[in-house]
Amino acid sequence: MVRLVFNRLLQALIVLLLMSFAVYGLMGLMPGDPIDLMISADPSLSSADAQHLKALYGLDQPIVERWFHWLISSLSGNLGYSRLYAAPVWEILQPALGNSLLLLGGSFLLSLAIALPAGVFAALKPASMRDYCINSLAFAGVAIPTFWLGLMLIALFAVTLGWLPAGGTGRLQAADWWDRLDYLVLPVVTLTIANLASHTRFLRGAMLEVLRQDYIRTARAKGASTRRIVFKHALRNALIPVVTVLALEFGALFSGALVTETVFAWPGVGKLIYDAILGNDFNLALLALLLATAMTLLGNLLADLAYAWLDPRIQYR
Amino acid sequence: MGRPAIRWRFLRHRLVLGGGLVLLVLGLLSLSAPLGETLLGLDGDQVNLLQRLQEPSAHHWLGTDELGRDVLLRLLYGGRVSLLVGLVGAVVAAIIGTGIGLLAGYLGGRWDTLLMRITDGVIALPLLPLLIVLAAVDLQKLGLPANLIQAETVSLYRIIIIVALFGWTQVARLVRGATLSVRERDFILAARSIGAGPLRIMAVHILPNVTSPIIIATSLSVGHIILLESVLSFLGLGIQPPLPSWGNMLSHAQEMLWSAPWLAIYPGALIFITVMACNFLGDGLQDALDPRSQSSG
Repeated sequence: MVRLVFNRLLQALIVLLLMSFAVYGLMGLMPGDPIDLMISADPSLSSADAQHLKALYGLDQPIVERWFHWLISSLSGNLGYSRLYAAPVWEILQPALGNSLLLLGGSFLLSLAIALPAGVFAALKPASMRDYCINSLAFAGVAIPTFWLGLMLIALFAVTLGWLPAGGTGRLQAADWWDRLDYLVLPVVTLTIANLASHTRFLRGAMLEVLRQDYIRTARAKGASTRRIVFKHALRNALIPVVTVLALEFGALFSGALVTETVFAWPGVGKLIYDAILGNDFNLALLALLLATAMTLLGNLLADLAYAWLDPRIQYR
Repeated sequence: MGRPAIRWRFLRHRLVLGGGLVLLVLGLLSLSAPLGETLLGLDGDQVNLLQRLQEPSAHHWLGTDELGRDVLLRLLYGGRVSLLVGLVGAVVAAIIGTGIGLLAGYLGGRWDTLLMRITDGVIALPLLPLLIVLAAVDLQKLGLPANLIQAETVSLYRIIIIVALFGWTQVARLVRGATLSVRERDFILAARSIGAGPLRIMAVHILPNVTSPIIIATSLSVGHIILLESVLSFLGLGIQPPLPSWGNMLSHAQEMLWSAPWLAIYPGALIFITVMACNFLGDGLQDALDPRSQSSG
C-alpha cells in the first residue's frame, strides 16, 4: 500500500514536471510577450532597447534554460507577481479558491441530494416507465451545453422575472454571507444540472450492480422488506463508487467550473485561469494551471485509495 | 425479462432511429444553406446596420443579429461548421487512438505500459484550461506561413487538431483491450508463422477485428467534441468570426440578453439537439454492435 502511494506520487510528479514544461513553452507561444507589453506602454522605446530588455530579463535564453530558472525560483517559494492584479500570485489565488469551493461544494451536495433518490428509484425497477423517464432526463442533462443553460437561466430569472442577480458575488454593502446567498443560486443550479445527469446514471449503475449480488437475493429470500434491503444492504455498497466521484470532483475543483464561473462572473479559480490566459498574465496562468493539474492527479489518487479502503475485496499490487 | 424489457428495447430503437433522422435532417439543411439564401433572397454574410436586432418576421424568419445578419442563414452555415468539426475531429481522434491502441495491445510489455501510462496521464489532465491555452497559441510564433494564418478557415483546422489531440484516449483504451484478445487467436499465429511483419499483422489481421469498439467510441465522441467546440467558440477561442458556428453565435448573446433574448435560444437549442441525437445514435450502435454490453439498458 505504501509502495503504491509512493509510486503514484512519483508518477504524478513526473506528469507535473512534463506539464510545467509544456505549459511554460506554450505560454511563450501565446500572443504578446512581456517585452512587447512594455514597449506598447512606452512608445519611446526602440528595437535596440527591446533587445537590451530581452537580454536583461533573460528572454533571449533558450526555452529549456528559462524553464529551469523558473522552476528553481518557484520551488524556492518565489512564485512571481500577477500582471493583471499587481500582487503576488498566491494572494490572488487564495480567495478564488474559496469562491470555487463554495460554488462546487454547494452544487455537489445539491446534486447528490437529487441523484441519490433518483438513481435508487430508477434502479429498483429497471426497464420500467420511471426508469425510462429518469434515464431520458439524464441523457438530456449530459447533452445540454452548460454555458447555454446558464444563459437561459439568466434570461428567465434575471431578465424576465427579475428575481435573481445575473452574475457577480454580492452587493457592495453586503454585510454577511447570507446577504450574498441569492448570487449563488443561479451558478449553483447551473452546475448542479450539469453534474446531476452523470451522477444519476452513475448511482443507477452502481445500484443495479449491487442488486444483482447474491447477498441481496439471500436477503430477499429470508423475507426482508424492500426498504430494509435498500437501506441496510444495497445502498451502503452502492455508495462506494460515489466516494470515488467525490474524490475525482475534488480534483476538478480548480478548473471544473470554468464555464459556469465565466458566464456568471463568479470569481473562482476557473475564471481566474481564463482571465489570466487571455490577459497575458503568465505567472498567474502557469501557477493556476499547474495547481489544477496537481489537484486532478491528487483527486485520482485519493479516489483509488478510498476505493481500496472502503471495499476490502480490492487489492492493489 | 418479459414485457417491460421488450418495450424498453423498442423505445430505444425508436430513439436511435430518431437520433439518426435528426442528424440527417440537420446535415441536409446545413448543406442547403446556399439554397436557402436564394430562396429567401438574402446573403448570410451581409451586414446591415439599419436592420440590427430585428424580431422574427416574414422576411427574417428568426430575426437578425447585432450586425443585422439573418439569424436563420447564420444558423445553417454555423451548422456546417459545428457538424464538420464534430465529425472530422472524432475521426482524426479515432485514427490516433486506433494507432496507439493497436501498438500498445499488439507489442505488449514495456510499450504497452508506456503507452497506457501516457493515456492515463492525458485523461487525468484538466481538459478545458489546457484547450484554452492551446487555442490561444499564436500561430505566427509557431512559424507557420502568413497566408495560411490569415485564411478564414484556419480556426477550423486549429480546433479540429486541438480536440483530436485530447479526444483519442477512449478509442485507444478500447482498441487496446480488443487487440489483447484478438492477438492470442490462432490466425495471428498462422500469419506470423508465414512471415508477416508486425505492421502487416496489425493492419490486415487485427484492425478488421476491432472495428466495433472503434465505431462505438467514435460515434459517442462526436457529440462530446461538438460540445467542446461550442464551449471554446463561446469563450472566443474556437471558431473565429466571421465564420459562424453555433458556439460563437452565443458569445455575444449574453450582452444581448436584455435587448434580444431570442438570439440566445436557437444556437444553444441546436447544439443540445445535435449532441443528444449523436449520443442516442452512439448508444444504439453500442447496443447493436456489442450485444454483451448492458451498461445503459
